[in-house]
Amino acid sequence: MIEVRGLTAAYGRAEILFGLDFEAQAGEVLVLLGRNGAGKSTTLKTLMGLVPSRNGEVRLHGERIDGLPAHRIARCGLGYVPEDRRIFTDLTVRENLEVGRQPPRAGAEPWTPERLLRLFPSLEAMQSRLGGRMSGGEQQMLAIARSLMGNPRALLLDEPAEGLAPIVVDHLAGAIRELKAAGLCIVLSEQNLRFARRVADRACLIERGRIRASGTLEEVQPAYAR
Amino acid sequence: MSYASVLIQFLNGLASASSLFLIAAGLSLIFGVTRVVNFAHGSLFMLGMYLAVALAPGVGFWLAVPLAALAVGAFGAVAESLLLRRLYRAPELLQLLATFALVLVIKDFALWAWGPEDILGPRAPGLAGAVTIAGQRFPAYDLFLIALGPAVLGTLWFLLKRTRWGMLVRAATQDRDMASALGVNQKGLFTAVFGLGALLAGLGGALQIPREPATLGVDLQVISDAFVVVVVGGLGSIPGAFLAALLIGEIKSFCIGLGFSKLTLVAEFVVMAAVLVLRPWGLLGKVRAEVRGAGALEPPLRLPSRGALLGLAALFAALALLPALHAGYTLVLLTDVLLFALFAVSLHFIMGPGGLHSFGHAAYFGLGAYGAGLLVHKASASMGAALLAGPWLAALGAAAFGWFCVRLSGVYLAMLTLAFAQITWSIAFQWDAVTGGSNGIVGIWPSPWLSGKTAYYYLTLAACAAGIALLWRVCYSPFGYALRAGRDSPLRADAIGIDVRALQWAAFTFAGFFAGLAGALYAFSKGSISPETLSIPRSVDGLVMVLLGGIQTLTGPVWGAALLTWLQDAVARGVDYWRAVIGGVILALVLAFPQGAAGFLRERFAR
Ligand SMILES: Nc1ncnc2c1ncn2[C@@H]1O[C@H](COP(=O)(O)OP(=O)(O)OP(=O)(O)O)[C@@H](O)[C@H]1O
Ligand SMILES: [Mg+2]
Repeated sequence: MIEVRGLTAAYGRAEILFGLDFEAQAGEVLVLLGRNGAGKSTTLKTLMGLVPSRNGEVRLHGERIDGLPAHRIARCGLGYVPEDRRIFTDLTVRENLEVGRQPPRAGAEPWTPERLLRLFPSLEAMQSRLGGRMSGGEQQMLAIARSLMGNPRALLLDEPAEGLAPIVVDHLAGAIRELKAAGLCIVLSEQNLRFARRVADRACLIERGRIRASGTLEEVQPAYAR
Repeated sequence: MSYASVLIQFLNGLASASSLFLIAAGLSLIFGVTRVVNFAHGSLFMLGMYLAVALAPGVGFWLAVPLAALAVGAFGAVAESLLLRRLYRAPELLQLLATFALVLVIKDFALWAWGPEDILGPRAPGLAGAVTIAGQRFPAYDLFLIALGPAVLGTLWFLLKRTRWGMLVRAATQDRDMASALGVNQKGLFTAVFGLGALLAGLGGALQIPREPATLGVDLQVISDAFVVVVVGGLGSIPGAFLAALLIGEIKSFCIGLGFSKLTLVAEFVVMAAVLVLRPWGLLGKVRAEVRGAGALEPPLRLPSRGALLGLAALFAALALLPALHAGYTLVLLTDVLLFALFAVSLHFIMGPGGLHSFGHAAYFGLGAYGAGLLVHKASASMGAALLAGPWLAALGAAAFGWFCVRLSGVYLAMLTLAFAQITWSIAFQWDAVTGGSNGIVGIWPSPWLSGKTAYYYLTLAACAAGIALLWRVCYSPFGYALRAGRDSPLRADAIGIDVRALQWAAFTFAGFFAGLAGALYAFSKGSISPETLSIPRSVDGLVMVLLGGIQTLTGPVWGAALLTWLQDAVARGVDYWRAVIGGVILALVLAFPQGAAGFLRERFAR
């Protein structure tokens, strides 16, 4: 579903990613594991087209998406939930969802606000609330729901569990499993092994912009612990 | 004043508020979404006026107005997609420069197409007469304008709050990158917003033709009015613009109605100052977080290398030796270059290290010039005394205006500085008894022993080199470092005990003094001064110099000053439409070197 080959990226002159290779299938959760500053967020931003890639290929569902502007990548079916959520604070919850709306994709049940409210029932009561007046956990749910409104094939989640209370994390893990079951391909960045264990099918360990190890979480974990 | 005439004045105020609102709303809308302060907005207004005047005889007034508005809207959309779109990631000041280049081009286009004379427009058929209100006659057309303002407000509200397009605009206003990561094509959105804003400006202009003739000077006058309205109302807030337009329209109308038309400016200024002190973000504005996904961070100012210092010393020596080899016109031109270099460096001092983006620095240049000129003229002071004392008037003005300015930042500050400069200009222009009005002051000649070209050149060289050296030295003093700290992270600087505002205020005043020195030198080199000395184009010249040179370089402003002064001199003598040529050159430079020329060279050769 997502296939990354030799991806390099830089901020101006500062090179950050040095040739990443990984792939993730539909119905699978790939965890990008790495410490602070390893390059996880940069990887996701580069996939999304928010940071330009220097070299390498990115394919989504077989189509080359590297080099496209972000909105085209999004329309190709890549959803993105940034680490700081970036909810539109001046828009209501309902409007935040509507901004993400894209036409349905053949072969998948389309996401509607109603279906999303079943996935994240806590948003139900606050549909006309302004995005800026929500807690961090509610914003995280909204950010995920908003990207689902684009009916993506694959979803990029940047440290989704960061700063959430345990019960909210439970919720989130449940939702991620549900999305996986619905056939979405999920690439999730994480530095916390505990959350990674709950959702990961496979993992890649990123260190200073390179992939140090990949495989199942058990295989990768020893290299991370060191 | 009777009740009836109060009512009539009130209605007059409402009518002018409507036109103010049309132009301010478009400006605010464009800024809200694209973060571009569209300096050319007044020019779009002017274009709307001329187009409507030109179309009306053929198609009739009521068709000419929407046609003119649509044409201006289309022009705005094209200008956005060809020019500004390439600059969204460039520093915001360069975008501004590009829009100012458009001002120059549009002005010369209008001059070419419609000539320099004012053109009277037709009356509006059907609304040409007057109605009687409370026993007084009131133009029917003005009633129409009064109704139009709220109608446009309502339409814009509906468009932004009740349509999907408006929702996407609001989302992109807040976070462009996130919106595009959700599949929103910002390019199309930005072009459409720019087109809509331009259309509103064109509509404002077209609707104005029954009330006043189309003139070439209207562009800058309208843009400074619009800046005042937008700053008072709150940037990006359309209802705020409406409220502020009402407030300012009424104040103007009552000042005129009471027979104090000269007080209009003062009254406007008092209102603006009061609003900004009480609510620095305007009546309905919000404290604005930095926009996400906008321009890039600028690189820090480096300590000049030994080689660079030697090079500057060699340049100074060469300039000092020059008169021995060559006299004549070159010296006159170089005198201009030197004093504009000092002017540009003083502006750079507050803009670069200070981070205070002033659009109105010519006010202090002009105050210095008028200070010196008035001392010679009214107090019969000697040249030496006038040169020494003149800049203090500039410093005084900078201290007074700076006190308000440093309370704001970013675009608010820029607009406020421009409004202050416009006020200073109006005072110089209108206060005939003291400043000589539009004629200015003539006969400000240097003392006899300095009246030769060469002697005056040496005086200018010495004074400007000393001023520039001092300003540069201060950049690397503890004061300069603290200033930069305050620019980069005001909160942290505050937390370690730097009083950022006081520091910026001092810097603003200090820079004002040196701009004033340049102005005083200018007055004696020309022998006369006119309000043009402190007009908006002069302020923009300073901006162009600093930005062409590269704002985060040390010596850039000097090169920028040399380039622009030479260019203006060479082009203005040889070409009829020199403004358009200069505008074109600026556009080409901005598009080719979005870092400024010196910044570009440094990027290129630094490694
Ligand atoms: N806008 C930027 N400009 C320059 N360098 C950046 C920028 N953003 C990140 N970096 C650098 O890129 C490297 C990787 O950053 P990135 O944000 O991808 O790390 P991360 O793995 O997501 O870390 P964290 O777990 O802290 O979120 C870091 O060294 C960081 O300093
Ligand atoms: Mg990160």
